[in-house]
Amino acid sequence: MILFGQFLEVLVSGLLAGVLYSLVALGFVLIFKASGVFNFAQGAMVLLAGLALVRSLDMMVANGLPFWAAIMLALLFAALVMAITAFMVERFVLGPLINQDGLTLFMSTIGVTFIIEGGAQMLFGSDVYPLRLFPSDAWFLFEDSFPGGILVSKIDVWGGLIAAVLVVGLALFFQKTKTGRALRAVADDHAAAQSVGISLNWIWFIVWLVAGLVALVAATVWGTKLGVQFSITFLALKALPVLIIGGFTSVPGAIVGGLIVGAGEKLAEAYLGPFIGGGIEYWFAYVLALVVLMARPQGLFGERIIERI
Amino acid sequence: MFYRETGQFKTSYAADMQIFPIRQDRIALWVVLAFAFIGIPLLDGLQVWPFGGEYMLRAILIPFLILSLAAIGLNILTGYCGQLSLGSGAFMAIGAYSAYKFGTGVDISFGLFDLSIPPLSVLPSILLGGLMAAIIGILFGIPSLRIKGLYLAVATLAAQFFFDWVFIRVKWFTNYTSSGSVVAPDLNFFGYVVNAPIERYLLCLVFVTIFALLAKNLVRGNIGRQWMATRDMDIAAELMGIRPLYAKLSAFAISSFIMGVAGALWAFVYLGAWEPLAFSIDRSFQILFMVIIGGLGSILGSFLGAAFILVLPIALDQVPHALGMPISVETVSLLVFVITGALICWLLIVEPRGFARLWLTGKEKLRLWPYPY
Repeated sequence: MILFGQFLEVLVSGLLAGVLYSLVALGFVLIFKASGVFNFAQGAMVLLAGLALVRSLDMMVANGLPFWAAIMLALLFAALVMAITAFMVERFVLGPLINQDGLTLFMSTIGVTFIIEGGAQMLFGSDVYPLRLFPSDAWFLFEDSFPGGILVSKIDVWGGLIAAVLVVGLALFFQKTKTGRALRAVADDHAAAQSVGISLNWIWFIVWLVAGLVALVAATVWGTKLGVQFSITFLALKALPVLIIGGFTSVPGAIVGGLIVGAGEKLAEAYLGPFIGGGIEYWFAYVLALVVLMARPQGLFGERIIERI
Repeated sequence: MFYRETGQFKTSYAADMQIFPIRQDRIALWVVLAFAFIGIPLLDGLQVWPFGGEYMLRAILIPFLILSLAAIGLNILTGYCGQLSLGSGAFMAIGAYSAYKFGTGVDISFGLFDLSIPPLSVLPSILLGGLMAAIIGILFGIPSLRIKGLYLAVATLAAQFFFDWVFIRVKWFTNYTSSGSVVAPDLNFFGYVVNAPIERYLLCLVFVTIFALLAKNLVRGNIGRQWMATRDMDIAAELMGIRPLYAKLSAFAISSFIMGVAGALWAFVYLGAWEPLAFSIDRSFQILFMVIIGGLGSILGSFLGAAFILVLPIALDQVPHALGMPISVETVSLLVFVITGALICWLLIVEPRGFARLWLTGKEKLRLWPYPY
């Protein structure tokens, strides 16, 4: 019973951590679907959103604003920063690179990553900034069935709830609104969408804005969990294997991939780690992705890749 | 006016096929090589500024040469064969640690029999380090037969993180040192111990010259053309009879070999003592940026990119200092991020083939100068 309780605890914490990976992966999927750009900068955008949020929040609280008002204003400010970023990226980098091949666009987003990382830290500072939006203590569940119960941290549960709301919101946005439909049209066929009067530049701005807002949401959860700091960008890199496993073009794939990676690496660390030296969380996700790539290159939910000459 | 091939007639096939068909280019190359092999040691011996003292050699020239070599390696894979790799740091690390193990003796027990190799001298260790990197490179290149582009980038990222971990956690590679950092053996070349900065510089120079020449010859020969066809359109290349298995894996092998040798040199000659962090993902990005900025698909570009990436932080530190407006070290490092990123975006938009292409355009202009047609 103790063993099973331990297993459940590791599994639940893994799944909830996986939700956080999914949050970042969602941003990748949105941009990839709508513009075919593989956005390496998503992690840097999480950092930028987090820094903008925490720094403006600290400043307003220090100036005597009530906490709830400060949070609202800080969220607005961070959203504004993400909007400006989206505009600049579209206007100065992706706009001029229209019709280039995927690899060039990918490398340009690596450039964007470095601009955002450097710029964000120059503007907002480069220390570790604690962010306290959600309670950080933990619950003990099922204390009567397992000795000691199962430890579940409240941040992770909040993260899961937020991710659920976000996915529902995005689904509604894509299915029901005019802009959402235009986004899907662009994703299907750039040229056809353009010919019925959809402005590509506007759509791409919207996509980067939505991805920026998703990054902001991810930043609130991760910032509370780890503090807003540079290493967040490395955790965000883990969204890449998540995408490989889930498939680049699928929103549910991003969620499921995140859960698999989160649960997989926690379980591997707990049960495999002691035998081969620990710390395998560091690479487990990537090697898992490598295995998936060999067997099923398009991922679990991705569309089959068909190539023509 | 001076840079023109008028009157240079080719009378044999050999003359027609040489690497630099224009006489002025050959002269320029010989001048550069003569300066590098004879001029710099002389200037160093005579203590002429800025070559006197150790700073120039230790902080700029030696890292420049080694990183150029690594950039040539990555350029073969990414620039010529079109396979994006974010794992260059890992392959350099494999080269470095394998060379270290070969240099200090390998002892593995397989239960039934023991494999033990006595400590080798430096040259074979470095080359064997490159060979190990090539083998691992082929292994991680196998996915490239099924996937490409972004997917492959993630596969190479897997190599990067996996080997980061291996060299930190598996103590066998570091000969069980408690701190995890290791010290390179003496650079003993056939009884001659390379030690002074100028000797280390010359050692790197020899390696880089040989490998640059080899690479230049490879990419203009049969195999190089196969790589480029695969890069431009792999399916079309396959239909033309190029075997993707052979073309891609040979690019992975050769590129990893060069990166492995560069890693071994970086560890043995430049660092002397190192820890796994020396080959982290930051190193991979640094080398990728050298290749993008210098020019994808250009050997010359690898040198230009390496020079730029190395000189940028130093210039950002020194120039404002000389102007009386010193910037803090932290701002410099962040500014380097922003400038490199912006430059990459700008180059991808304006001149996707990087500095090397700008150089070629300049040469074309020079051929016509001063007449416009």
